[in-house]
Amino acid sequence: MHVVYPVVVSALLFSIGVYGVLARRNAILVLMSVELMLNAVNLNLVAFDVWLRDRLHGGQVLTLFVIVIAAAEVGLGLAIVLAVFRTRRTVDVDRLRALAEVVRAPDSGRPDGEGAS
Amino acid sequence: MTSQAPGLWPPSGPEVVFLLLGAVAVGSALLVVTTRQLVHAALWLVVCFGALAGGYLVLTAEFVAWVQVLIYVGAVVVLLLFGIMLTRAPIGPSAGLDSGNRWAAALVAVATAAVLVTVVVTGFRTAYAPLRPGQGAAEPLGASIFRTWVLPFEALSVLLLAALIGAIVLSRTDIRGRE
Repeated sequence: MHVVYPVVVSALLFSIGVYGVLARRNAILVLMSVELMLNAVNLNLVAFDVWLRDRLHGGQVLTLFVIVIAAAEVGLGLAIVLAVFRTRRTVDVDRLRALAEVVRAPDSGRPDGEGAS
Repeated sequence: MTSQAPGLWPPSGPEVVFLLLGAVAVGSALLVVTTRQLVHAALWLVVCFGALAGGYLVLTAEFVAWVQVLIYVGAVVVLLLFGIMLTRAPIGPSAGLDSGNRWAAALVAVATAAVLVTVVVTGFRTAYAPLRPGQGAAEPLGASIFRTWVLPFEALSVLLLAALIGAIVLSRTDIRGRE
């Protein structure tokens, strides 16, 4: 097996994931694109492990670790997406622009936080 | 490793199989990022992960292939489908899935692909890995996980526990932050 073939496939998968992360608006589709990029990395790790014939199987063991971390990441990411959906009624990442809650001062009525550093 | 490597063309039998599986993976990944239906994107993701598992099998990484089928196809895609259901996504085609900057995104992606493919082809044109079955079976992998890599393995179990507790805390509504 030439190393070029799996490595080129993984480069293409990674750039497709980059496109998905940048172009999609739905947060769940963004998570799917992140999974595509992680899979591209996994393919790279397995290909180089087979090429270098590592006696400790570092590449394949690291692939298993990346799979576990991806599972944890998608679980937490979906919990965050669901929390955002509960409060905002949307998962559209273009519309989630607020970086802080607007806290109104009790007496003046104008938005607090202009003078805050 | 690179001394008596055969030429890049014609590809041998396993390479042809791998290239076909890679074409399936890349094509279904393209459909994941371009389809207009959310549920179809999750189902194309199943096809992509399955083709990648086949690629791992061709690369003699059997254990990784089955773990890929179990965790990605079995767990991650089901989680994503749950997320699609719980956010009340429309079942049919929906228009606003792509943002307005998709042409810039396509430009960035094409540039990334060009740079990566150029670098990789220049760097590894002559690299050749002879395939030997049994390198990635469960026995050698398990031995090296539980001998050499046992500390990262245990750290990973703590990470999984933390992710579990975090997901529970994030998704329960009766836990309030400190006032």
